Amino acid sequence: MSTALAPDSPAASTREAPGRPERPRSWWYLPAGLAALAVIALGVFARGAAAGATTTFRLAREGDLNPGGIVPGDVALPAGGTALVLGLLCLAIAVVLGVLAAISRPLAPRWRITLVVVFGLAWVTAFLTWAFNGARVDLGTLLQTMMVLAVPLAFGALSGVLSERAGVINIAIEGQLLFGAFGAVLIGSMAGSAWVGLLAAPLMALVIGALLALFAIGYQVQQIIVGVVLNVFAIGLTSFFFGSVMKQNPGLFNRPLRLPTLRIPVLADLPVIGTVLFEQTILVYLMFLIVVGLTIALFRTRWGLRVRAVGEHPRAADTVGIDVNRTRWTNVLLGAAVAGLGGATLTIGTGVAFGEEMSSGKGYIALAAMILGRYHPVGALLAALVFAFADALQLNIGTLPAGAGAGIPSQFLLMLPYIVTLFAVAGVVGRVRVPAADGVPYVKQ
Amino acid sequence: MSARHEGEGQHVAPGTVTETGTDAADTPADTAPAAETAPTASSTAGGGSAPEASGPSVLQRIARGNLLVIVLAFVFAFLVGSILILVSDQAFREAAGYFFARPADTFTAAWQAITEAYAAMFRGAVYDYSGAARVAEDIRERGGSGLYVLGPAFLRGIEPLLETLTVATPLIIASVGIAISFRSGLFNIGGTGQLLAGATAAGYVGFAVSLPPVIHLIAALLAAIVAGGIWGGIAGLLKARFGASEVISTIMLNWIAVYGLAFALTTAAFTGANQAQPTSPAVAGTARLPLLAGDDFRLHAGLVLALAAIVFLWWLMNRSTVGFRFRAVGSNPRAAEVAGIDVGRSAVGVMVVAGALVGLAGATHVLGTEHRLTGDVAGSIGFDAITVALLGRSGPVGILLAGLLFAGLSTGGRYMETSEGVPIDLVQVIQALVVLFIAAPPLVRYLVGLRRIDRPRRPRPSRRAAAYAAEKAETSKGAAA
Repeated sequence: MSTALAPDSPAASTREAPGRPERPRSWWYLPAGLAALAVIALGVFARGAAAGATTTFRLAREGDLNPGGIVPGDVALPAGGTALVLGLLCLAIAVVLGVLAAISRPLAPRWRITLVVVFGLAWVTAFLTWAFNGARVDLGTLLQTMMVLAVPLAFGALSGVLSERAGVINIAIEGQLLFGAFGAVLIGSMAGSAWVGLLAAPLMALVIGALLALFAIGYQVQQIIVGVVLNVFAIGLTSFFFGSVMKQNPGLFNRPLRLPTLRIPVLADLPVIGTVLFEQTILVYLMFLIVVGLTIALFRTRWGLRVRAVGEHPRAADTVGIDVNRTRWTNVLLGAAVAGLGGATLTIGTGVAFGEEMSSGKGYIALAAMILGRYHPVGALLAALVFAFADALQLNIGTLPAGAGAGIPSQFLLMLPYIVTLFAVAGVVGRVRVPAADGVPYVKQ
Repeated sequence: MSARHEGEGQHVAPGTVTETGTDAADTPADTAPAAETAPTASSTAGGGSAPEASGPSVLQRIARGNLLVIVLAFVFAFLVGSILILVSDQAFREAAGYFFARPADTFTAAWQAITEAYAAMFRGAVYDYSGAARVAEDIRERGGSGLYVLGPAFLRGIEPLLETLTVATPLIIASVGIAISFRSGLFNIGGTGQLLAGATAAGYVGFAVSLPPVIHLIAALLAAIVAGGIWGGIAGLLKARFGASEVISTIMLNWIAVYGLAFALTTAAFTGANQAQPTSPAVAGTARLPLLAGDDFRLHAGLVLALAAIVFLWWLMNRSTVGFRFRAVGSNPRAAEVAGIDVGRSAVGVMVVAGALVGLAGATHVLGTEHRLTGDVAGSIGFDAITVALLGRSGPVGILLAGLLFAGLSTGGRYMETSEGVPIDLVQVIQALVVLFIAAPPLVRYLVGLRRIDRPRRPRPSRRAAAYAAEKAETSKGAAA
């Protein structure tokens, strides 16, 4: 199996031309991809907007902490012109990157990343002016929606990072999210408190985590199979209880509870990002804490070194006295608990009752976010934010008045995360390096 | 799936490797390529069917055998199912509320809830004996006798069975496709996507094109095969060309297909006149699969295709050169490459063939059963096909049996839901548990106290176990004498 999963399977490794390390075979992927995107920006966004249409970006709102009006309230931009300028900027960046890569003089990573980020911002702005031409975008609300949608994805992706860094493939994120959402509502309703639900969610998700660990580590069953089957199991079990126990007595077992929003006094008044970052439930703050904590723990502590050793070369780890399977068990369980928090976001985080299959594929997007984030907590968070932004856009575009906007079908925006991931695993966005022992059970010799 | 396990035999518990009796024939062939080039890897393969040199006792051989594990897996899965039924049953919970006052009530309620639910499942899946009896009674009252009673009553009775066969049709075809990829070492999780691609293509040809009867049907089926093949081929190509993990890419392609179809069903080309409704017009009569058992039943000629697919699986994997290549790559890619097989091309080929079959399954579902495209036309067939392929150990007979079984569970589950109020999701739980248990024979043996078979020389810490072992040793000594 390892050969089928790892990107350095024989099929790939033989095609990797040796020598000339300064210009890998894939040198043109990124510039070409960016150039294609830039051409889309020029061809579609710049020309697609209705003539003379303007797009209004609402930045600051009344009551925001905005001394002297530094941040303007509404910014109206001519849709076509803005997209044209930004598209040209994008094209210029793509050309610069392409030329530098072609003459084998790659930029320092810091500059490269800066350029790509500038490209991304310009492209997205061009897209927004086109998508919302003739209407108003409330950036604060858009970002707020994004944050709400990103939290479960980020928690799920972190769960994946935790277990896959230790070498256990975690397809069961979907099931863990679902169990978390289910446990939060069930136990929370019975106890009558959302806080109890918050505690119950990770514990409930641990059930799936423990099953995954038992079968994948304990009995060395193919890990992808276990994940897929556990997802079926989780969907079946939660739907079963939803259809029987919860339906018979929703007042006792399935009440919509909501964690209180914690507002951080002054910071929450900042324009645009104030509510997004500083007026959220405890789950959002927890997510940031876990991202920071996990990054430090994985890459700066002895524990993290051990986890990564177990995921990369378990035999070497075993030789120096690390208990490989115990490390994996711990990590899978930790991951499940984290995903359970993500599940809690779906129910008690947003104040809705449990619904059948309410994770609706979020576990798989989380998986995608983890891969796109290159098995790094921060990367996973950023990828989750990007995916959630697409989802938030889709929701926002759905509420546009008739006649305004570019009429993008919402399904395409929903599809976007999966397409991006498809390109990512194909190596267009840079090769994703999977932990070497990911998916390989370890048996002591 | 079996091939993969054999490739890395050391860490797979014996029972997982063995095939069901019918598959035993191809097991040696499966390991052959690996055995030639990597004897260490496959030395432990071959699994439980090969007795150990020391000559295990009869009891051990039975306990190691596959059949016991399969039977026990079902027993445990249904036991868990029973617990779930009890939890959801209000009468039982009420009786349990005064358990200490009248414990008998609790047990009566429990027995009733469980037996009624499972009886309903049987009636809904195989033979509706109470329905048949009602029809017979009815006809007798009106003065009929003999064949006049038995005929209609029997037809009424086997109605669920025919429905089960109808549900099994796409399931079997799709799992044949999945099985081909499993045995070729590729984890094709993309059943849903390939199924949707096939269903969409077949449906579109079915309602948008007008052709003469037989040709129309063939055109629709071919369209599905091509679409499914392309959809699977994308994942294969990404794997061969870029080394992208097929697990991830097929999962992503699933969702792309789901949203793609959802989008298509908002366009005029797919919805026809009524654009507000996200359903397509009905497939033309010329493109429908002919009904096999009269107009009263949904059973259609797709069943023949399903049987053909089973035969195709056997032929492809056991008799053809292409299949040999696929299997060789699945068993040991490195060895296959050394032997001159293009691993990349094989990956594309496998995914195209697998996708084409799963696409065909989508076509039979649309052209035979559903007759129109909707957003969730695939239902859970794509994922169920994976579990069926796993349960059937990717072998022809195994898939046939597992497909029928899963179809029976789901039709029975539907009946159980309407008649007993037990949610159909119970079936999903049972299916998942069966697959999990069968994948881990040591767990099953552990649960029934046959742990010694997996760890024969493990020191026993507890006194009771030590006494048991001593007793065991004595009896076996006695038997030997």
